[in-house]
Amino acid sequence: MSDHVMNETPKTRRDFLFAAATAVGAVGAAVAVWPFVDSLNPAADTRALSTVEVDLAPIAAGQAITVKWRGKPVFIRHRTPQEIESARAVNAADLRDPQADDARVQKAEWLVMVGVCTHLGCVPLGQKAGDPVGDFGGWFCPCHGSHYDTSGRIRKGPAPANLAVPDYAFLSDTQIRIG
Amino acid sequence: MTAPGRLNKALDWVDRRLPLISLMKHSAIDYPTPKNLNYWWNFGSLAGFMLVVMIVTGLFLAMQYTPHVDMAFDSVERIMRDVNYGWLIRYLHMNGASMFFVVTYIHIFRGLYYGSYKPPRELLWWIGLVILLLMMATAFMGYVLPWGQMSLWGATVITNLFSAVPVVGDAIVTLLWGGFSVDNPTLNRFFVLHFLLPFVILGVVVLHVWALHTVKSNNPLGIDVKGPQDVIPFHPYYTVKDLFGIGVFLIVYCLFTFWYPNYLGHPDNYIPANPMVTPPHIVPEWYFLPFYAILRAVPDKLMGVIAMFAAILVLFALPWLDSSKVRSGTFRPWFKVAFWLFVVDCFVLGYVGAMPAEGVWIVLGRIASVYYFVHLLLILPLLSRYEKTRPLPESIGLPVLSREGAAKGAQALAVLFAVVLFAAPAVAAEGAPLRKQSWSWQGIFGTYDEAQLRRGYQVYREVCSACHAMKRVHFRNTEALGFTEEAVKELAASYTVTDGPDDNGDMFERPALPSDRFPSPFPNDQAAMAANGGALPPDLSLIVKARMGGPDYVFSLLTGYAPQPADVELPPGKFYNTVFPGHAISMPPQLTDGAIEFPDGAPANVEAVARDVTAFLQWAAEPELEERHAMGVKTVLFLFAATALMYALKRRVWAAVH
Ligand code: FES
Repeated sequence: MSDHVMNETPKTRRDFLFAAATAVGAVGAAVAVWPFVDSLNPAADTRALSTVEVDLAPIAAGQAITVKWRGKPVFIRHRTPQEIESARAVNAADLRDPQADDARVQKAEWLVMVGVCTHLGCVPLGQKAGDPVGDFGGWFCPCHGSHYDTSGRIRKGPAPANLAVPDYAFLSDTQIRIG
Repeated sequence: MTAPGRLNKALDWVDRRLPLISLMKHSAIDYPTPKNLNYWWNFGSLAGFMLVVMIVTGLFLAMQYTPHVDMAFDSVERIMRDVNYGWLIRYLHMNGASMFFVVTYIHIFRGLYYGSYKPPRELLWWIGLVILLLMMATAFMGYVLPWGQMSLWGATVITNLFSAVPVVGDAIVTLLWGGFSVDNPTLNRFFVLHFLLPFVILGVVVLHVWALHTVKSNNPLGIDVKGPQDVIPFHPYYTVKDLFGIGVFLIVYCLFTFWYPNYLGHPDNYIPANPMVTPPHIVPEWYFLPFYAILRAVPDKLMGVIAMFAAILVLFALPWLDSSKVRSGTFRPWFKVAFWLFVVDCFVLGYVGAMPAEGVWIVLGRIASVYYFVHLLLILPLLSRYEKTRPLPESIGLPVLSREGAAKGAQALAVLFAVVLFAAPAVAAEGAPLRKQSWSWQGIFGTYDEAQLRRGYQVYREVCSACHAMKRVHFRNTEALGFTEEAVKELAASYTVTDGPDDNGDMFERPALPSDRFPSPFPNDQAAMAANGGALPPDLSLIVKARMGGPDYVFSLLTGYAPQPADVELPPGKFYNTVFPGHAISMPPQLTDGAIEFPDGAPANVEAVARDVTAFLQWAAEPELEERHAMGVKTVLFLFAATALMYALKRRVWAAVH
């Protein structure tokens, strides 16, 4: 009987030690992984450049400019009254990605969007005079044929969602900061 | 069927088609290992562990590094300053190289002492030496990548070794360089090879382990395993012992990484490479020093190179040079003495390699170099013929051996290491003694004093910035001095920077943003030199790391101006400074009592101002220091706990064997 007890106690102790050591080792290894994973996230210099200020004054109605923000093109369009009109005329509920035009702009004449097709990431055409603008007078993505309207909403083609609107703020009537 | 049952069945299915699991079980679990291995046998697995650490850290560094002469240095500084935990990964890699060599050298000396190169382990030994050679090549090329002064000049000196080859030497060197000097093509190919070779090493390590598992481990008695009573399975006995060893090792590794990350490096490598100026002392990394000493001991170029390579190649012949049938030094009274003399000789060589090649060091270097070869080529063969060895024990299972021997060896080695570690800074300490200060960031918990940093920054702005750039510091970094985001914006906006080109192709001026660097006082180095009597005011971002003595040097220099002694002649336009090498400095004394007024009312005499600006420069050079110390404390505490746990488990597991 005493023999049995003597055999039993070290064994339990060893099992406990084994479990504790495994747990500590696993926690240590898991924590050590994080710095490596996080090193792949954007670095401080990249993060610091993630806002850009744009002067809107030189953009005439009907014109558009493209600025670079976080390595991506941002479309800024000074919309004409007709364009605003046609964007508002649509019944948002009928759209693939239902969104009213005034939910996509801060000031009706200024449309600011990330110029990256929500299908697979190409840059749609329609910024420059002479570009194809698609069936809805906005933008057309040549990669797989997505059509966007004058509010940048997806109307036809494979893209699942409207062109994204970035965070931006009007610093003055003619100045915005993106990001 | 239970889940584990199903899992086993699936594993079994795989194993019958590809016996991966059997292989693992065979080589890492069941592998019959002599039961009497001492702690010196831990260093093989430690070396394997370090190889993995180097490959992993290296992989993540390579994802951020740019191998171009114009960008390499900056990309490394970006890793240190901007990449998340970049400083940690780089310091782990940088100090990891040293740790890798420490454990590998101990592993080799263990083999030397216990005769692990003798039959049937010759091939195992040779493969190990191949790994050493590959490691040396890899380490050398890795040291070139940061493209600092030591990178460039180390690469120049080492590649020039090949110019000693008769007739085709110069052609070989040109081929190695891909140009007429160490330049961009050299950097590119070194990067590629530095990336490739570790995987070659990994392959050769597999061969090393394969050969080991074929001939089986040697042991402290050096006698053959006689039967199952002599061995124990590798797992759990040696897995837990190795894990305990890794714990202890990691603590040492972390002490360097978190508190003395640059102790084993050279300050000159924080100066960007300059092909026009060679640093006063070209010294390789410590792990090459013994070989470097042998190279310099021979007064002939070709013979020096041959001697250096021979120092390693001769080790391949050890199985024949030492033909004694007794493997372990434990039973060879004279061999034991010779072995320790040889170890001391290697340390002497290392020390001499770090000293300037002059005076007594030349003589000592020659004696030590000759003794190196005498030991291997003369003493070992003679000993193996004439030495009377002690009787060998019957078997491993009947231990007749106290463990004192191994413990004494460990003590001896520890003393040697301590001597070298403390002697190393003496190598650098030349010239006037520095005025050592006690700085707030020193010590285990050291942190910066924000108010002091702000004062120091004010000194930089009002005084130093007239001539000195700080290109690696951005306005956004000054949040660390206690400025709010708004204050940083205002501060940045008070400077004007050139940007562009705009849509018309013109450059334009705009207020600086927090993401901009501190503007430089001069458009380029030439303009800076022209405005400063031909001397280039160095960029101050890294000055504290780039000078031997660090903050104490900077402080001593700033306060080291003195009237010119009567017997000293100064060239025109130079000023007398007690600390500056050569005492003739181009920078006039800039700090005067009371010239600056601090908003917090702190004293503004020369000493105080010098101390404040030094603190600021220290912060600029090591902005990660506070995070590093804090993480170090947590990591080391955790490691102590984990290692203690491993030790307890190890004792428990081994209770049955002892
Ligand atoms: S990426 Fe635009 S349609 Fe496919």
